[in-house]
Amino acid sequence: MIEWFTWVQVGVAVVAGVLCLALGFAGRAPSDLTNGALVLVELLLLVQLVIALLAPLFGNQPSGSVLEFYTYLVGALLLPPAAVFWALLERSRWSTVVLGVAALSVAVMVYRMLQIWTVQQA
Amino acid sequence: MRESNDMTDVRSARPETDRGRRMSGIGRVLVAVYGVLALAAVGRSFVQIATKFDEAPLAYVLSALAAVVYVVATIALVRSGRGWYRIAWATLIFEFTGVLVIGTLSIVDPELFPHDTVWSWFGRGYLFIPLVLPVLGMWWLAKHRPPAAPASPAAPATDSEAGTGTGADAA
Repeated sequence: MIEWFTWVQVGVAVVAGVLCLALGFAGRAPSDLTNGALVLVELLLLVQLVIALLAPLFGNQPSGSVLEFYTYLVGALLLPPAAVFWALLERSRWSTVVLGVAALSVAVMVYRMLQIWTVQQA
Repeated sequence: MRESNDMTDVRSARPETDRGRRMSGIGRVLVAVYGVLALAAVGRSFVQIATKFDEAPLAYVLSALAAVVYVVATIALVRSGRGWYRIAWATLIFEFTGVLVIGTLSIVDPELFPHDTVWSWFGRGYLFIPLVLPVLGMWWLAKHRPPAAPASPAAPATDSEAGTGTGADAA
């Protein structure tokens, strides 16, 4: 796991989440901007997956449970597509709020993944 | 923006389908948070049972049970029909009882639950969401009763109506 990349990822997810919550509570239906923010969050998660798969080959081993790490990662990967899919089904302000909830959940999960990789003892 | 206007027009033209679906509007946020909690509970329970079941079988079986109930609650909140409405009530009451009982026990007698469950300390590990969510869910259900079915033959009709929204079910 690359620490600075992970922090960037957490930051992007938080910004995307707050943006979607704000626009949602302001009454906006999901737009290219809010859906795009979730797509960006998902792309960063895919990059994170590739990094996590390759890092051990370069001596960057997780200190904690590998299984728990990947449970979080796979769970996080499921959230943005589910939220965007749902947003496309019903274009209401609350769907934008749901996008925000998904992005913030990803932020928490990625932070937890960082803890598992760097702090947690297996 | 024009599209969203069309959407609202369509919805207002068919109020009966809207009423049958609890998941529209702010209810979607509730369902989304439930979905995330269900995912978290399933994930945690999976890891616990796969790696260290022997350490605290009781706590982990409870975790797994809670996870399954969260999943059922999420589905029941999305689906329409009186049957699902009852299931939603049952799961929410189960969760609320669980978080109160296990939460209290975990504080009064920590020895009983040496390992965390979703409900330990009233769901502290999950920002107290497990404590707040069932209450919000029950409030939501009380506000959105399904329209009383005049006779039992009407029930299959509402079921097939719900079946048209299979896309939502897949989500």
